[in-house]
Amino acid sequence: MQSYSSYLETASADYTIALVGNPNVGKSTIFNQLTGLKQHTGNWPGKTVTFAKGHYMYENQSYTLIDLPGIYSLATHSKEEEVTRDFICFKQPDAVIVVCDATCLERNLNLALQILELTKHVILCVNLIDEAHKKKIHIDTTHLARLLGIPVIPVCAKSSTGLEQLLLEVMRLTHFKTHLSTYKSTFNPILEEACLPLIEFLQTIPCSCACPHFFALKLLQNEEIFLSYVKQYCDLNPNTSLSFLEALQKSHNILSNHRIDATCLQDLIVTHYIQQAEWIARQVITPKDASMDQQDRKIDRLFIGKYTRFPIMALLLAFILWLTIVGANYPSDLLFNLFSRLETFLSSLLLNLGIPSTLISLLIEGVYRILTWVVAVMLPPMAIFFPLFTLLEDVGYLPRIAFNLDHCFKQCHACGKQALTMCMGLGCNAVGIEGCRIIDSPRERLIALLTNSLMPCNGRFPTLILLINMFFITNFFYVPSSLIATLLLLLAILLSIFLTFFTSWLLSQTFLKGLPSSFTLELPPYRKPQIIQTLIRSLLDRTLYVLRRSVCVAAPAGLVIWLLAHITLGEHTLLYEMTDFLDPFARLFGLNGIILTAFILGIPANEIIFPIIMMIYMSSNTIMPLLQSHEIKMILLNSDWTPVTALCTLIFLLFHWPCSTTLLTIYKETKSIKWTTIAFLIPTLLGFFLCFVVTQITSFF
Amino acid sequence: MSQNIPLTQLHEGQKAQVSMLLSTGNIRRRLQDLGIVAGTSIECVQKGPGGDPIAYKIRNTIIALRLEDVNTIIVTTKFK
Repeated sequence: MQSYSSYLETASADYTIALVGNPNVGKSTIFNQLTGLKQHTGNWPGKTVTFAKGHYMYENQSYTLIDLPGIYSLATHSKEEEVTRDFICFKQPDAVIVVCDATCLERNLNLALQILELTKHVILCVNLIDEAHKKKIHIDTTHLARLLGIPVIPVCAKSSTGLEQLLLEVMRLTHFKTHLSTYKSTFNPILEEACLPLIEFLQTIPCSCACPHFFALKLLQNEEIFLSYVKQYCDLNPNTSLSFLEALQKSHNILSNHRIDATCLQDLIVTHYIQQAEWIARQVITPKDASMDQQDRKIDRLFIGKYTRFPIMALLLAFILWLTIVGANYPSDLLFNLFSRLETFLSSLLLNLGIPSTLISLLIEGVYRILTWVVAVMLPPMAIFFPLFTLLEDVGYLPRIAFNLDHCFKQCHACGKQALTMCMGLGCNAVGIEGCRIIDSPRERLIALLTNSLMPCNGRFPTLILLINMFFITNFFYVPSSLIATLLLLLAILLSIFLTFFTSWLLSQTFLKGLPSSFTLELPPYRKPQIIQTLIRSLLDRTLYVLRRSVCVAAPAGLVIWLLAHITLGEHTLLYEMTDFLDPFARLFGLNGIILTAFILGIPANEIIFPIIMMIYMSSNTIMPLLQSHEIKMILLNSDWTPVTALCTLIFLLFHWPCSTTLLTIYKETKSIKWTTIAFLIPTLLGFFLCFVVTQITSFF
Repeated sequence: MSQNIPLTQLHEGQKAQVSMLLSTGNIRRRLQDLGIVAGTSIECVQKGPGGDPIAYKIRNTIIALRLEDVNTIIVTTKFK
């Protein structure tokens, strides 16, 4: 995680504003709307694992907005929570916007009340007010503002309703210093009495902490970290300062006189906020206690119901895969056609310009061809799969997957939230690995991290589809071939899932021994996705992403391969030497030297592996632009590809070393060469092993 | 009549009130953070595969918990 202090050093804006709230209340949506940035949003808790910084201007003032990770309270000890608490407590942003979900205000108020202990510069933003209206929940925001003594703004971030008002209030609070919080919480009298000596002490010393009451409570709870804060922010050694120890002792004496031990103290504090939140909620929400989620429960009966949960999971995945397979064919052929026409045109243009033929060959056969192949083969499936998956995410289905699979993960001594990281891994392994931060236990997080690249990422999908379509589709009665392809792809993914379970289990029995820890998973309310916007936006995002990547990665790779194929060392080209050298080894695993070379050269991105294979084959054949994707098969069959080669390539594509971006992310997350190496080795060894087994078995027939 | 039972014994669709938490330390805090304190009403919504995890409705939110944690929550049910 980027250290948050570095965020402040670079803050040059007039004011710093922090966004705080429970997980999954729409902080990121508000952040995006205000700053015009595109932080990833989705309907599941814990999605913002790093925190984002953005800027906006309002009435000639510049503001820096910081999107802090979602937390439930300030009482536990997760990393996210510490970051949020320290930020508000010690860095003192000019305003804190507490974002609440209008559909479950009571629980959100629990956090809001705790934040109010930390700072007076608070604005409460009641988001998802439209969802609440739909569920016939009415919230009296004026009354709520009166009770809390802070501005309360109802907002619907999706349609930007209320954001203008929010900006206005932020300006009033920061620029004119009006509307500061007047809220004062009063605890149990014994607690208040016990806090007093510490508060009085804190007021006698120069301290950069704006919340002595909160600080005193934490010190009473003997929280180590707060003792270190005393040293850091109050310039005082807690172990030697007599006046401090005296005050602490006085406070503790009061507690022990009333027989309040540590657990009891904690209960008193936690219960105080919860009861306060309950009381306030009862004042401002009508109707009082109707259950408003009938429809959600009906949907849940399907998605997590006893008999339907697994069939629906499989069907949904199959449906998305089928749409991807069917939908990608046409645009793919279209792009192939377009690019090959363009190639002929470009070559003749360059020739007419009098450019030397070697340079033309380098530009066209080296750079241009691989670039267009990546776009033509890879882009259509990616641009279809990803948006569809985003839709599932926005609806709120992913946490249900985690719920359904948690039992299996528990058997493997891992965490159910690993399912969420696996789902993200289907999009991109690097993102999945970053997402592992949602898992609290370090051991379980490491398991999820090490096994993530066993899930085929979006960059491997198109090649999987291509291989399945070319080699494994047979006419089977009247079943449409797209259906068979879907089933085979589904099988491949199920194999990935199974091996993820197996490896997780193996790790928890060997390197990462331990028992499954406790876990809490929120199943958020279903939200109607903005279908059109989501589709268009993620389609554009994906397209740009693939284009950028193919320019950055595929073009240089094309250059390298062209050079390897044209520089000769003695009799043969470098490329020939390389493939020839790897060939005997690769044959052991049902592959060949060319395939293995492509996998090695394809480390920067999985998308370019197959185009590299094609390029190597074509560099030794008559050079001819491809018109259709099925012509690829002819080229492969004309060399020495058998169905076994295709099967082994497919398996190796599922299980081989992670791409360089993923490896870098693993290193960033673990800060350890050892774990990065293990993350490299696990899928690699697994892939080689499986290919070896397949080759041995098939050699008998 | 009412009786104290571990939360695990609640059937799907059944409601109860939390009477006490047996856990200590971090798990206790975590449960309290979710709003589970004495007096909170809680409803068993859906049991997961193999009866674990279990989804509960707590203060209008659906939260799934694992069996070990649920066992430490004692609730009061009214029975006829």
